[in-house]
Amino acid sequence: MTNALKYNRCDVAIIGAGPAGLAAAATLKKQGIEHVLVLDRESEAGGIPRHCGHPPFGIIEYARLMTGPSYAKRLVASAQKAGVDIALKTSVTKLGFGGILTIATPKGMGELKAKRVLLATGVRETPRSARLVSGDRMLGISTTGALQSMVYLKNLIPFRYPLVVGTQIVSFSALLTCKKAGIKPVAMIEEKSSPTISWPLHHASSLFGVPLFLNTRITNIIGKDRVEMVQVLDGKKNTREIVCDGVLFTGQFTPESTLARMSHLDLDYGTGSPVIDGFGRCSDPSYWAAGNLLQPVNIAFNCWREGRRTAGRIAQDLKGSLPLSIK
Amino acid sequence: MKNKDYNNFGSNLDKPGGVSLIANADIAIIGGGVVGCAVARRMALEGARIVLIEKASDILDGASKGNSAILHTGFDAPVGSLEQKCVNRGYEEYLKIHKSFNLPILKTGALVTAWSEEQENKFEDILKKGHDNDIKNLKLLSKTQILSIEPDLAKSVRSAISVPGEYVIDPWSSPLAYLRQAVDNGGQALFNAEVTGGEFDGNTWLLTTRKGQVRARYVINCAGLYGDIVDHNVLGGCEFTIKPRKGQFVVFDKAAGKLLSSVILPVPTERTKGIVLFPTIFGNIVVGPTAEEQESRNNACVDKEILISLTRQAIEKLPALANIQVTATYAGIRPATEEKHYRVIQDSDRNWITLGGIRSTGLTGALGLAAHVHDLLSDQGADFKALDNPSIHPVPNLAEHLPRDYKTRGYGEIVCHCEMVSQREILSAMEGPVPAGNLGGLKRRTRATMGRCQGFYCSARLAELTQGKFTNPLGIGDIDD
Ligand SMILES: Cc1cc2nc3c(=O)[nH]c(=O)nc-3n(C[C@H](O)[C@H](O)[C@H](O)COP(=O)(O)OP(=O)(O)OC[C@H]3O[C@@H](n4cnc5c(N)ncnc54)[C@H](O)[C@@H]3O)c2cc1C
Ligand SMILES: Cc1cc2nc3c(=O)[nH]c(=O)nc-3n(C[C@H](O)[C@H](O)[C@H](O)COP(=O)(O)OP(=O)(O)OC[C@H]3O[C@@H](n4cnc5c(N)ncnc54)[C@H](O)[C@@H]3O)c2cc1C
Repeated sequence: MTNALKYNRCDVAIIGAGPAGLAAAATLKKQGIEHVLVLDRESEAGGIPRHCGHPPFGIIEYARLMTGPSYAKRLVASAQKAGVDIALKTSVTKLGFGGILTIATPKGMGELKAKRVLLATGVRETPRSARLVSGDRMLGISTTGALQSMVYLKNLIPFRYPLVVGTQIVSFSALLTCKKAGIKPVAMIEEKSSPTISWPLHHASSLFGVPLFLNTRITNIIGKDRVEMVQVLDGKKNTREIVCDGVLFTGQFTPESTLARMSHLDLDYGTGSPVIDGFGRCSDPSYWAAGNLLQPVNIAFNCWREGRRTAGRIAQDLKGSLPLSIK
Repeated sequence: MKNKDYNNFGSNLDKPGGVSLIANADIAIIGGGVVGCAVARRMALEGARIVLIEKASDILDGASKGNSAILHTGFDAPVGSLEQKCVNRGYEEYLKIHKSFNLPILKTGALVTAWSEEQENKFEDILKKGHDNDIKNLKLLSKTQILSIEPDLAKSVRSAISVPGEYVIDPWSSPLAYLRQAVDNGGQALFNAEVTGGEFDGNTWLLTTRKGQVRARYVINCAGLYGDIVDHNVLGGCEFTIKPRKGQFVVFDKAAGKLLSSVILPVPTERTKGIVLFPTIFGNIVVGPTAEEQESRNNACVDKEILISLTRQAIEKLPALANIQVTATYAGIRPATEEKHYRVIQDSDRNWITLGGIRSTGLTGALGLAAHVHDLLSDQGADFKALDNPSIHPVPNLAEHLPRDYKTRGYGEIVCHCEMVSQREILSAMEGPVPAGNLGGLKRRTRATMGRCQGFYCSARLAELTQGKFTNPLGIGDIDD
């Protein structure tokens, strides 16, 4: 892996080594762009799929049904084969005008001037605090992402019988992860009158033995050191108490757009993503964006595909052949 | 002693935790809140052998865990009160010592803002009080002047009193630095050692704790939210009753940092300083606290309706906050009593001082209270020889505007990306003379998981790094268990 501090400049810097960033990087190389540098703050490349230890990934990209970690490895291998430079443990801390990035690495801080920068920093789930949920603050409150990285990367579990909040696709992922780790959710609740995605969650109760309560929202989390109980309000306005040792908040994705937020780039405050034109270009034309950063949340394949498409446009732009507008 | 009332204080006679002597000191300090830590430091510097006794597994388990982190000038304190004196003294000493501890200050200044004519009518009184309290640099600002300092403030603001001396500090590193200095200079700190009783033989105290017994000449009760209970359990009575008063807060994302540079104080009412909008030393903007009376001394739960209302009030005053995400919510509990003032009670016959009811200015007043304790002890004849060359240990900087650890090479890796907390910081917070005793303590020492993702990215790594360190771990077992 590369030490990003070796370079003062590069052709394209890509922030985020997830499906979008890695696919874009490989594409840029194949289009003949000389120096493509992917920067990721983690110690391993691959993005979110690194800790989604279950299928389905890679069906279209690699014509195989893969788990997240093997998909992530494949993405990294493809990018490296194409000649992409990947710098890990490299946090981008600031986006400057015209593609000047401030980076922090364990070997020191530095600045990198890229002709073009692609933001591919992904999404995260909205935590309990930003959902303004009432109650005490204690251990045992998690999100799917946090749970998955504990289970699949560290072999640890944060609770044994949590309440699962939400019924998005990722909530299904959460149930799979629980199953794998021997965690037995006590129930799954949804504020709306039907699950956000009806399949397969309607069958979750039979598939996983987890009861699904609709029209139900969490009103209080109780416990001293760890979660001991939650209160929920059901459709008939009855408060019920559910004994559990954790609360797993799933979904409600929000773009990981911190860098853009803290920078000169225009942000769409409604979605939280940077504003882009039809090509995927930000308000400062040195900056581009792709992947889940733009569309919370999409499956990895769509991010991968968008990474490739946007990379094609960046290559055109560098060669001076980008059309003035999209037809 | 959770929420039990003190009617059954006789039950402490059943000697929990055995009877072995675990410390022998000149002064025992009960409670590791900001006040206890400051007293520990002062008396250690004065040459006393001190032992600080804390019931939790780390310091700051009570009121000092969640406050507004404002270093007050005391401009609005009751004139001539002990509170005013301690705040003033604490303020001066903080300014004198903070650099040597590497403790940060954000020189925000405060604006007491009026949004109605009724509020403006109170300005005269506030100015007079400030003047009587010897705060000479208060200044009346017009709407235009306010908006030139704070252009993002709502245009409905009418006028303000500027209080240039109000600053924002790191509320957790400060007490840690105080206790650290006490320990570095011969002091001792005991954790998981709730004081449940004690006996005075006319000369010396023998305190009973959950860990064993502690012998000391003098005892300073700094038990904050439990101050009255400790007095009851040990002395058999107390002049005051703690009336816990909760304050809830909403923390906005660091992207809000550029929207506000001053502390925006409302015109205070009789009961509270009111809802404040303030920058934190860590780069966020916070709104709060509320003032809610409650029974519980330890339940700092938040309430959705109130959080929503706080958010709305913040947006009314600073409209651009509407576009900013919420990072965190929290609540703190003030050790208020039935009266407004500090309840400092000295029982010279029994070598005992209670620092009670340090309600809403204790972060600032702590160093002043500590100096006051020294005065009181000297008055009653305690004679210690101040250290000539006390050792001092700087604390790691967590302030956003000053260099953080990750800017120096060799930090291993970033563990918490939102707050840029390094592996080196986390490991070193779990070592040393006053190591983190629980995850909360680790967060307060490093800021890990205190940022916008609240652990989405880093809890796995953090669980791994802290495995086996705390009684209440992040990871409760292996998958294969
Ligand atoms: C819990 C969960 C389960 C999922 N399950 C599935 C599934 O089963 N099937 C499926 O197809 N999809 C699934 N998805 C969606 C899939 O993971 C995403 O669509 C895909 O990972 C998005 O790719 P991305 O490249 O946009 O971002 P990410 O994969 O999120 O990658 C972003 C990268 O950017 C890096 N980064 C961010 N900020 C910085 C910075 N400042 N400096 C340096 N690096 C930075 C991060 O470290 C990360 O590696 C799941 C998502 C989640 C959260
Ligand atoms: C919402 C809010 C906002 C505030 N804002 C500010 C501000 O901006 N500026 C400012 O200067 N001040 C502020 N304050 C005030 C300040 O936080 C308090 O005055 C201060 O924390 C009180 O500290 P303490 O040490 O007296 O009590 P505590 O912090 O309660 O400490 C007491 C300690 O004693 C321990 N203990 C209790 N019983 C026993 C026992 N039997 N044996 C052993 N240990 C025991 C507890 O575990 C605890 O750790 C605010 C307070 C609140 C709640």
